[in-house]
Amino acid sequence: MIALSDYLIFGAILFTVSMAGIFLNRKNVIVLLMSIELLLLAVNTNLVAFSYFLNDVTGQIFVFFILTVAAAEAAIGLAIIVLVFRNRKSINVDDLGSMKG
Amino acid sequence: MNFVIPSFIPAIPEIVLLTLTSLLLIADTIWSKRSEFATYYATQLILLVVGYLVLTSFSTSQILTFDGSFVRDAFGDVLKLVIVVVSMGIFLFSKEYLLQNKFYRGEYFTLGLFGVLGMFVMVSAYNLITMYLGLEIMSLALYAMVAMRKDNQHALEAAMKYFVLGALATGMLLYGFSMIYGATGSIQFDEMAQIIASGNVDNVVLSFGVVFIVIGLAFKLGAVPFHMWVPDVYHGAPTAVTLYIGTAPKIAAFAMLYRILVEGLPGLVEDWQSLIVMISVLSLIVGAVITLVQENLKRLLAYSGIGHIGFILLGIIAANPDGYSAAMFYTIVYSITALAGFGMIVALARTNNEFDLVADFKGMNKRNPWLALMMLFVMFSMAGIPPFVGFYAKVVVIEEVVQAGFTWLAVLAVFMAVISAFYYLRVVKVMYFDEPEDDTKIEPVSNQLNWAVSFVSIALLVLGLMPSSLITLCYNSL
Repeated sequence: MIALSDYLIFGAILFTVSMAGIFLNRKNVIVLLMSIELLLLAVNTNLVAFSYFLNDVTGQIFVFFILTVAAAEAAIGLAIIVLVFRNRKSINVDDLGSMKG
Repeated sequence: MNFVIPSFIPAIPEIVLLTLTSLLLIADTIWSKRSEFATYYATQLILLVVGYLVLTSFSTSQILTFDGSFVRDAFGDVLKLVIVVVSMGIFLFSKEYLLQNKFYRGEYFTLGLFGVLGMFVMVSAYNLITMYLGLEIMSLALYAMVAMRKDNQHALEAAMKYFVLGALATGMLLYGFSMIYGATGSIQFDEMAQIIASGNVDNVVLSFGVVFIVIGLAFKLGAVPFHMWVPDVYHGAPTAVTLYIGTAPKIAAFAMLYRILVEGLPGLVEDWQSLIVMISVLSLIVGAVITLVQENLKRLLAYSGIGHIGFILLGIIAANPDGYSAAMFYTIVYSITALAGFGMIVALARTNNEFDLVADFKGMNKRNPWLALMMLFVMFSMAGIPPFVGFYAKVVVIEEVVQAGFTWLAVLAVFMAVISAFYYLRVVKVMYFDEPEDDTKIEPVSNQLNWAVSFVSIALLVLGLMPSSLITLCYNSL
């Protein structure tokens, strides 16, 4: 039997991986988008685990909403990336630093 | 298992707004070829209708509907009315700017209306799912608006940063939500509060959740240390969009903060209060000190906005209804002042001249004495100089925080307000005592904007001379 804490630890690991992906990544903007998806999956893991162990369906409904909105969010994110690529011919994170102060 | 049809009446303004905006989205594709301004006028009309609906159904008691996921109360209705008024101002200011910069498109208005819908849902949300959906409806519209100038490198960079950090903030917030759900087994704010008050919960998981929620909220509000996106997005976005981001969403973010922390987690006040004290102190300091060296007016207003968020959080720290009312008053005043400040830049911007540097305002008094006076009103109100309304906003917030026993915080806030007066007065000095680089007269792009800028700026003075009605409204609505 897998305990609730195992799921929570798994969620926390996913969360940490996605944080590392966002803050350590200096190369590709697409990786940022993947990290954001991973962050939402960490949340979903938590919600489903809690929902199962609380015997309450609300958490799973929440997950459906998060999944749907994440798809819309990814669409907008990719659209912005396409625009950036058209303008700069590159999607390196390091190139996105022209404003300072 | 039986299904009860919920009462739709309390949500009529949102339903009408959603329906009309969706219709406008379709109508715009037909209209835009024939009549240039049809979408703009339709937008203002929709906002008028929605404002009217909120006003006529103004509710002084709390009404819950949709199985407790949606709430109507005086607090929400006041904020919704302010959001409607402020967004009408935003669209009025933006029209000419969009024309001047050759990206006048119906999407600006439809996305703006969807943003307003998101803010309405956030203000009225009464469980975590509704709050999340409202936040995303607003944020997704804002990301797209920042990227609307498809050929502008700064705007796209700003859009990218805003998107990544905004999504990160949402993720943090959701992680906190999942912890709160796990500990309490409920996502509805009043049930959460009850279960936490009963003491039958795992406090470690709860405090863990509170930390993530506060971080997510601080990101959305743009409070230090999660403010990195604010200056870049304000600076990079087209000024019309900066005007939008810097005003109305602040009200919605305040409502979100209030609903989650005060209505949902009042039992954990010790946990979030200490976190917010830290965030508030840092925001006050950064908002006062880093702003001193800014040469770009949009950046200057962005950093000063961070300082203002610090002041709003002071009212939350007081952790009593009077404190929340003071914070609400400050939020409303700030959004009107920011509307006047960014509106001034939008009104003066021309094709190929953003007019967003402090140096652009050199010798303004010689070029257009009336506008220089209006800008002086805005700067004095932001600095908190009587008799402008910004003064009363600072007074009520500081009074509440002193009464709650945080005297040192009040002293720090006053000290930072004095420092920040320096850069507001520097703009005034540049306008009145520096020699202009060219003596040509400068006018707002259109006569209508001249009136709009004057109206909003004089409103700051009038509200400052008669602040009691707005203050009473805020105190009575909580």
